[in-house]
Amino acid sequence: MNFTNFGRYILLLKAAFKRPEKWKIYMKAIFQQMEFIGVGSLGLISIISTFIGAVMTLQIAFQLVSDFIPKTIIGSVNRDSSILELSPTISAIVLAGKIGSAISSEIGTMRVTEQIDALEIMGINAPGYLIMPKILAGITMVPVLVIISMVLSITGGYLGGTISGAVSPAEYIQGITTDFNPFTIAVALVKAFVFGFIITSVPAYEGFYVKGGALEVAQASTRAVVVSCISILACDYIVTQLML
Amino acid sequence: MIEIKDIHKSFGDNDVLKGISGKFNPGITNLIIGGSGSGKTTLLKCMIGLHHPEKGSVEYDGRDFTQLNTEERIEIRKEIGMLFQGSALFDSMTVEENIMFPLNMFTDQSRSEKLDRVNFCLDRVNLSGKNKLFPAELSGGMKKRVGIARAIAMNPKYLFCDEPNSGLDPKTSIVIDELIKEITEEYNTTTVVVTHDMNSVMGIGDYIMFLHEGKKFWEGSNKEIAKTDIQELNDFVFASRFMKAAKDKF
Repeated sequence: MNFTNFGRYILLLKAAFKRPEKWKIYMKAIFQQMEFIGVGSLGLISIISTFIGAVMTLQIAFQLVSDFIPKTIIGSVNRDSSILELSPTISAIVLAGKIGSAISSEIGTMRVTEQIDALEIMGINAPGYLIMPKILAGITMVPVLVIISMVLSITGGYLGGTISGAVSPAEYIQGITTDFNPFTIAVALVKAFVFGFIITSVPAYEGFYVKGGALEVAQASTRAVVVSCISILACDYIVTQLML
Repeated sequence: MIEIKDIHKSFGDNDVLKGISGKFNPGITNLIIGGSGSGKTTLLKCMIGLHHPEKGSVEYDGRDFTQLNTEERIEIRKEIGMLFQGSALFDSMTVEENIMFPLNMFTDQSRSEKLDRVNFCLDRVNLSGKNKLFPAELSGGMKKRVGIARAIAMNPKYLFCDEPNSGLDPKTSIVIDELIKEITEEYNTTTVVVTHDMNSVMGIGDYIMFLHEGKKFWEGSNKEIAKTDIQELNDFVFASRFMKAAKDKF
């Protein structure tokens, strides 16, 4: 994003958070988006998180071959990696691809087929009606998905470790329960909140200002995913730097 | 009544509208015609506020739209119905939900009252019983009619139609034209139709404004249009072999 785009992005967000014409209709849209973002992504996030947790355990076990390092470390490392980094960031990047492209192409198609013009002619605040429910759904449902992802990633680590024999169940459980710092959860949730905002607002911006036809909608969708992923990684660093 | 005064609009170095003025009266069908690139759609978008003219005014019964703040503009927009070239129906909503949408947003009517209004509008455009269909299940002509039904749902004072006949067969085009004319006369709306369809011009053009290269070249009625000796207008009106043959015959 250059400065012009960033300025337009801020102005669009300002327009999106104006007072709604009718809260009842906006609430309905928010719940629809929550279902789309939350329930609709649950399966994908569950599969990815479980496998990442399992693979993480195997890789940590492969690297920690010294007799001086207790195997309980495998559980501890997996827990902290999952909570602090893997669950929020990998989930966010996957969601940027799934949800971001959907949001961008939905709003972009509405733009090129004059549906957004139709909303504006009716006197409806189009950014508010189209974008605000998505952002609110994103910042509420992405943290929920990240919490689920954490649980499944740690569970996946347990399954992967015990099935392969890399770590015993008792050692793994001892590992994940030793020296647990609850603040890591807070860091992860702040990240999830920020990522939820990026995943919904950046694609909405890209879609809202599409000009042209199907090709431009597709290009906007690709751009939305790329910009979202870069923004997620940049914000991941910033939040980590600020909070840890 | 809508009055436009000295509208100028350019995109970069391209001057699209070069000082257009005119009056559009209620109860009659006002047409803006012209060739491709003449500026008619840009003029329509300036009138409804989708484009901002660099100079000039657009007055809705004396209220200058270009000088109003956002809230005041929204109030006028609630009085506007618009039929878009591609109908612009909301894909995710059924026919019923599309027509009910402005009622949901801006009225406190009960569900049964809104449903009555939806059914009335659908009946008005001869689409009774099509409530539960989605736009993807409709033909081009049906989409246009649903677009009209949505446009009239709020009893608009001003009705705008952008190329209402594009992509339609001649028979369906006439149906749409007649519907627009009937609604205009029945509800005394100020109707502005942008078109380059000569059937519409001859059929419903009570008042016609001809644009050429961003300027108003001629204004009059469909009864007068065939009698003019303006070269640019004649080139436009009698461009088709059919119209040329008709002119030669009569």
